[in-house]
Amino acid sequence: MIEFLNFYLIPGLVLGSIYALAAAGLSLVYGVMRFAHFAHGELMTWGAYAALLAVGALGISPWLALPVAVLATIPVALAADRAFYAPLRRSAPAVLLISSFGVALMIRALVYLIWGPTPESYARGFTPPLLLGEIRIQQRHLVILGGALLVALAVHLLLSRSRAGRAMRAMADDPDLARITGVPVAGVIRLTWAVSAALAAIAGVFLAVDTELTPLLGFNVLLAAFAAAILGGIGRPWGAALGGLILGVAEELSSYPWIGNAPLLDPSYKTAVAFAVLILVLVVRPQGLFRGMG
Amino acid sequence: MNALEVEGLVKRFGGLAALDGASFAVPAGSITGLIGPNGAGKSTAFATIAGFHRPDAGHVRLFGREVTGESPWALHAAGLARTFQIPRLFARLTVRENLMVAARDQAGERLPAPWFARARIAREEAALAARADAVLARLNLARHADAPASALSGGQKKLVELGRALMSGARVILLDEPAAGVNRTLLREIAATIARLNREEGITFLVIEHDLDLVAELCTPVHCMAEGRVIASGRMEEVRADPMVAEAYLGMAIEPA
Repeated sequence: MIEFLNFYLIPGLVLGSIYALAAAGLSLVYGVMRFAHFAHGELMTWGAYAALLAVGALGISPWLALPVAVLATIPVALAADRAFYAPLRRSAPAVLLISSFGVALMIRALVYLIWGPTPESYARGFTPPLLLGEIRIQQRHLVILGGALLVALAVHLLLSRSRAGRAMRAMADDPDLARITGVPVAGVIRLTWAVSAALAAIAGVFLAVDTELTPLLGFNVLLAAFAAAILGGIGRPWGAALGGLILGVAEELSSYPWIGNAPLLDPSYKTAVAFAVLILVLVVRPQGLFRGMG
Repeated sequence: MNALEVEGLVKRFGGLAALDGASFAVPAGSITGLIGPNGAGKSTAFATIAGFHRPDAGHVRLFGREVTGESPWALHAAGLARTFQIPRLFARLTVRENLMVAARDQAGERLPAPWFARARIAREEAALAARADAVLARLNLARHADAPASALSGGQKKLVELGRALMSGARVILLDEPAAGVNRTLLREIAATIARLNREEGITFLVIEHDLDLVAELCTPVHCMAEGRVIASGRMEEVRADPMVAEAYLGMAIEPA
């Protein structure tokens, strides 16, 4: 039981909260602008490397470098929108999707150019796990869980209570009506990019703290994040976050020895679990798990 | 002074001229009616006035200012609001939020204001919510303020659209069939509300309506359209007595409501 908690459930929740942050950002962009933003993974990578720069230059911990990551990632998203997505705003969603592929490759190339292909890490020393009775939890995992919860809460408050969030929800509901009732569409779009990029940067740093930095850091979880967003009913950031949590936990629990002593699923297959769940959802409940639940 | 002047408006869709030189005026402070058989061009006239279609010829003037071909949002900002034949609301926003979205000049809907003007935004938001609640109370919708807009009946949605127009500070409101599909009780309420807003706040209305009794009760002057043109104008009894009008309705084989 303790083993289940320490080696499966907690890592699952950690991975799940990273997916949740990534998926919420994707879902927000999809809701307001109606397109699947494939460069979201590269925004995560960019944020993680920006934090590495701050960690190296100032000798601070990656947690303190989070604001740097956020501030470095927002302009990238705004620039991509200005240069590539804004001129294509009225095009078919597929055109925007492909152009976001292009943006992803550009950002990735820039990361290779600046930092090279060798994996890096924030080089923290060894910190012993915290012991709560028999429960062992890595300090970094505790920070990721708490941080993701705080960020999710902040996004929830932004969307449900603020004027900006109301304008975003209006755009997601009926973009044409929003425009004719005087919502400053261009401004709301910029704001949406800023929030989405901030979520990507935080998710990227969290993921890099938990694993290591590579130029494919964000891309490697992008499809799982999409799966989470679809699971939650794409366009609904809250659903996406829940979807992310579910997928992360499902991935880790899939290799628990549920039957007998061998893992149910060989751990090297666990990333496939996200896609199995995704296909299942698309077949059984394509509107997402939570649609119609407020 | 005319709130709206429409002069020689032409709008073609392919070979069909939905508007074929329509001209009429909406005096400031009036409730002007726009009637005519189906296909007469009333809805196209609305859409063209409100900037949803660009006219092929002709002029639209708002309080004497040329606004032909301006965008719907520019016209909205200039004080011209419209409702839709099938009400259009933000379905997942609450009724109060639907009203609040429509208020003009909201700091904080764009970057970077939310982080730098929080106190001001909070004050404005409180004032905005109070204004929305006052409008809802006047429309007898206060008890639905926190309900999602999708939960309302069709007639109530029409009232919310009217409330949205009021929130935007519109001086001219175009109403597209306010009576269609609304039960009798609510219809009385909508008619009374329109008359009161016109009387007490001087808001000008242009109303498309098939319920000619309602038009007779509310509207002066009344313009009757047929085949993309205005064929008769004046008080309702004059328009109703006009042989051209009777022929337009009969010729189209559609009874006058």
